[in-house]
Amino acid sequence: MVPFGLFFLVPLLAMLDFSTRKIGGGGRTWQAWRNLVQDDQLYHAITISLGLAASTVAVMLALLVPTMIWVRLRTPWAGRLIEFLCLLPLTIPALVIVVGLKGVYAWVTYFLGESALTLAFIYVVLVLPYAYRAIDAALSAIDVNTLSEAARSLGAGWATTILRVVVPNIWSGILSAAFISIAIVLGEYTIASLSGYQNLQVVIVLLGKSDGPTSVAASLATLLFGMVLLLLLSLVSRGRRAADTDVTTGVVAPAPTTVAERS
Amino acid sequence: MTARRNGAGARLRDGLPLVPFLLYLFVFLLIPTITVVVKAFESDGHFSLDRMRALGDDAALRALWHSVLVSGITAVLGALLGALLAYLVVTSPQTSLFRRIVTSVCSVLAQFGGVALAFAFLATIGFSGVVTVWSRDHLGLDLYGSGWLFDIPGLVLVYSYFQIPLMVIVFLPALEGLRAQWREAAVSLGASTYQYWRHVGIPLLTPAFLGCTLLLFANAFAAYATAAALISQGNPILPLLIRAALTSEVVLGQAGFGFALAMEMVVVVTIVMVAYGALVRRTSRWLQ
Repeated sequence: MVPFGLFFLVPLLAMLDFSTRKIGGGGRTWQAWRNLVQDDQLYHAITISLGLAASTVAVMLALLVPTMIWVRLRTPWAGRLIEFLCLLPLTIPALVIVVGLKGVYAWVTYFLGESALTLAFIYVVLVLPYAYRAIDAALSAIDVNTLSEAARSLGAGWATTILRVVVPNIWSGILSAAFISIAIVLGEYTIASLSGYQNLQVVIVLLGKSDGPTSVAASLATLLFGMVLLLLLSLVSRGRRAADTDVTTGVVAPAPTTVAERS
Repeated sequence: MTARRNGAGARLRDGLPLVPFLLYLFVFLLIPTITVVVKAFESDGHFSLDRMRALGDDAALRALWHSVLVSGITAVLGALLGALLAYLVVTSPQTSLFRRIVTSVCSVLAQFGGVALAFAFLATIGFSGVVTVWSRDHLGLDLYGSGWLFDIPGLVLVYSYFQIPLMVIVFLPALEGLRAQWREAAVSLGASTYQYWRHVGIPLLTPAFLGCTLLLFANAFAAYATAAALISQGNPILPLLIRAALTSEVVLGQAGFGFALAMEMVVVVTIVMVAYGALVRRTSRWLQ
């Protein structure tokens, strides 16, 4: 345990030390950490990444939640196809997607204009496998059919059934899906850098060439933020067992029918 | 029910709400992938093997070999050490805070680290890294050397930092699936700890272990962000050669070389993942 602890802690502590020491002298300074909000370029990139995270979560939920509920209720025959498609991004590396993306993005920028926020469309695809597993675990834990039959027999339409009956029962899964998506989007570098947009990670790499301590501080901040996010998630979903291990870790126990991995 | 009564028509009508989702994935996942496959076999608008033939170049072959080397070494190292760490973790109860912290930290390092991991090692053993400076001052040892961190050995070290946690995450369920009753049964029949592991534990875990090793291989093979942030000059591995092909096609003098390289990556990852899928199916027979 001790060697493992050292291997994993030393680089993290080194980041803390590196980002707070004074160059060319002793003592400590928190300037690198203050730069997270004071440096214009970095601050701007942080707001872009947060905006991307928010839009990714919004589009992902709007797309995935109704589809997955509908599959359970009315079209079970499409279940395998939807699962296969959702897990497919794990087999196709992000790097490959970005190579083939030019044609599609020509249309996106034609309709929506040139903005870093358009990256959210492709990020939805990246987070799909993780979000799918989280929501699928929550849906498996409840009896969707009985719930919706009850709602429908009381006169509720499909929209009411889904939004006011099923969704409140799968909040934990939706929350997990959102948290994991945020963690992924804030850490995304491959697609943004190769399509020429400046999100947080791209700017961290840029700054690394001129201002080491600041980029190390920003890196450590994103790692810690991700860890806190996932730890909170695991504490929130305390009590429910196997399904939650799925939820917090994403890749656990991949479906036997499909293949998996990421960028 | 509706489907049975009205046949295919109703089935189609029921399927309508799935259309937005399918359309979205078609545009943002399938089209890019198909583009890569088609363009890899195209030149001036016709079918051609020219681009694929370029994969036989020295630079392309060397990058492929280095990628296989880095992925292979870190997959085996990561699998062995990660399985050991998972074993240490599994002995603590599932709901303990320790366990939650370990899985959260592993999850972040394994899946969302990317660029940050490169900076972690730059801050530790880069030229003015904390450990480098300390050992230079106190031990008179030059850890930085001739910049090994920015070449294959460095990639192996940095990749281990996300491969080991990934192994912990994917291997934990298999370890947890080993039921206490099996051990009790073996012990009550007179088995020693060694015999239990030799004849029960290890044979049961082997398919899962091999499957996870393949997963780690594919993961390292396709990883881009960490290597790109660490190595800004030169293209020792396949993902970085793809970067070069994308950002400076003119230098390489071959338009569309990136498509062929991306195609090569898809083929390798798919082969590895199909083998992984077969092993997972085997494990899932007893892992419930």
